[in-house]
Amino acid sequence: MINSVAIIDGGGANIASLQYALQRLGAKSHLTSDPSAIQESSHVILPGVGAAAPAMAQIHQKELANVILNLKQPVLGICLGMQLMGTSSAEDNVDCLGVFPDKAIKLKGGPESPVPNMGWCRVSFSSNNPLLQNIPDESWFYFVHSYVLPISQRTLGRTSHTHDFSAILKHNNFYATQFHPERSAAAGAQLLKNFMELN
Amino acid sequence: MDVKDGKVVKGVKFRNHRIVGEILDLARRYCEQGADELVFYDITASPDGRSVDRTWVSTVASILDIPFCVAGGIRNIADAEDVLNKGADKISINSPALAKPDLINDLAHRFGSQCVVLGVDSHLENGAYVVYQNTGNPEKMTSSQRETKPWVREAQERGAGEVVLNCMNQDGVRQGYDITQLAEIRANCSVPLIASGGAGNQTHFLEVFQRASVDGALAASVFHSGELPISKLKSFLNDNKVDVRLC
Repeated sequence: MINSVAIIDGGGANIASLQYALQRLGAKSHLTSDPSAIQESSHVILPGVGAAAPAMAQIHQKELANVILNLKQPVLGICLGMQLMGTSSAEDNVDCLGVFPDKAIKLKGGPESPVPNMGWCRVSFSSNNPLLQNIPDESWFYFVHSYVLPISQRTLGRTSHTHDFSAILKHNNFYATQFHPERSAAAGAQLLKNFMELN
Repeated sequence: MDVKDGKVVKGVKFRNHRIVGEILDLARRYCEQGADELVFYDITASPDGRSVDRTWVSTVASILDIPFCVAGGIRNIADAEDVLNKGADKISINSPALAKPDLINDLAHRFGSQCVVLGVDSHLENGAYVVYQNTGNPEKMTSSQRETKPWVREAQERGAGEVVLNCMNQDGVRQGYDITQLAEIRANCSVPLIASGGAGNQTHFLEVFQRASVDGALAASVFHSGELPISKLKSFLNDNKVDVRLC
């Protein structure tokens, strides 16, 4: 197994900021949709900017759904990548990977809570986990999204909007953040560093 | 940060720009001070009829760990895609959207509303707020003949995910934000609204959050001069019960 992170190439724009963030941590990353390159990496990130249906179509076209589901190394879904790890998404009513037995629902807006939710929000940690070490509880992270996965037993961190939702999830070797750690200053960098140290 | 010929510049009411520093130096400084987001405007791109200079976008993306937005002459999907691929989180459009409003729909459809910021340069004339275009060059700036409020509403319907309202009469003069106008637009804006133009001291920031309920406050001159470090501003806001990220 190569000690480097595979970033799954779903054809979306804006992977550069994630690659730069990993580079700042001294981690080697490569953007790939090749199943064996993904399987052989020590860590895997499923990013995602865009909409659920085109992203799932890319995953199916590249025959990656089962590859992702069967990964044994630490996997991190970011933003749309987190939603794709649910069973389905209300965005485009599309079936997703089913890593987490949760459905992505539309975030409800309100007078003081616009949707998309764009900006810095506090995250309350629900439990101790190596992914969160050296990050103060109630740290701020940067969010850009309109859909969310609900609170469950798998929630490691939650955020309030008009309703609470999962900001961080964990199930076995699968982790996910609704926020963008690569754009969340020191707290985000620490989370990525912690992820890279998981084995 | 207004960018011209690869340097950060600043003017007063969109005129008499002078160089205030290097892009990377200032980007790094503001990021370290605790800025929540940076916005770069290639101010002469639209008036010069070209797209945004993106030579520096990748370098900025490589050093920043906070989001940033790039603006200036983004006229089509290809321009936007290139800027986003180089690491920008959002693109902001003003003059090209006024020239071709469908551009907002096209960009929102392709990249999602969260990437598409509408920049509005709003000028008070004869008692009405009107939107200006090509504002980076005093010789070429003109009124679009559109009023600000209906334009903001139309842009949201077309898919703009955020609005930066730059009150031109206040720009660079540090007399405070245009609270009246911002509050009026706030009532008509269901996406995040960012105040811009007029910040001169920390009280101005507090006022705009308290009285216009904006989601963010953008400023340039007051930070460029070094008078108000962002870390100090945020402590002040926090002490006054505005919930901000402290660093």
